[in-house]
Amino acid sequence: MTLLYFAWVKEKVGLSEETVTPPGDVKTVADLIDWLAKRSPGHGEAFADRKLVKAAVDQVHAPYGTSIIGAREVAFFPPVTGG
Amino acid sequence: MTDVRVQREVFDSGAELNRFLKRNAGSGGVASFVGQMRDFRGADRASGKALSSMTLEHYAGMAERQLADVLAEAARRWTIDDVCVIHRYGDFAPGDPIVLVMTAAAHRGPAFDACAFIMDWLKTKAPFWKQERGADGQTSWVEAMASDDARAESWDTNAQK
Repeated sequence: MTLLYFAWVKEKVGLSEETVTPPGDVKTVADLIDWLAKRSPGHGEAFADRKLVKAAVDQVHAPYGTSIIGAREVAFFPPVTGG
Repeated sequence: MTDVRVQREVFDSGAELNRFLKRNAGSGGVASFVGQMRDFRGADRASGKALSSMTLEHYAGMAERQLADVLAEAARRWTIDDVCVIHRYGDFAPGDPIVLVMTAAAHRGPAFDACAFIMDWLKTKAPFWKQERGADGQTSWVEAMASDDARAESWDTNAQK
């Protein structure tokens, strides 16, 4: 699946995008974050405070309990500040 | 009919409003809102931090979808004839336009309310992120505000007109 990172989440991870294949026991956004946080120090720093990181699965805002099974694209970002 | 545009280029608010008015000559009430970059961060200019520029990052694809969803929700809640939102991304100087929302309805109540609702909801849902550069040269990511969440939620807790 494609992972996208935005704003300071992107800066901490050090990537705007990457492709991953999480193991079968990674079923939700929360599971995915737990798995990603161990990927690198940058990933760990980005996900250090879960309250500050939001997710979208296939371009739809996703609470942490959302399933990622079959998802093509998961994005992580701070709360939005447009408008 | 609805119209969502996400673009880097500056838009001419007057020209866009005139075009919207022409195509909605049958609507008694047309409401609009323009969001522009402020030259300060904070409650007011005197006590705030001076800003020199801003960059708006966005999630291409999701931005258009989220804006379309917000417009669809406005059309569900109010009887409106037409709506348009233009949201920019990229680089901004103080005074530059960021977002334009226009609504057309038979009467002013729905036109005003739908316009305000769209702004309140896009502030909490549309995937854009502001990074400001202060007059001191420091850049920082703007933090979302609890007051924006409260405003968005208030449309559900207050009685609808």
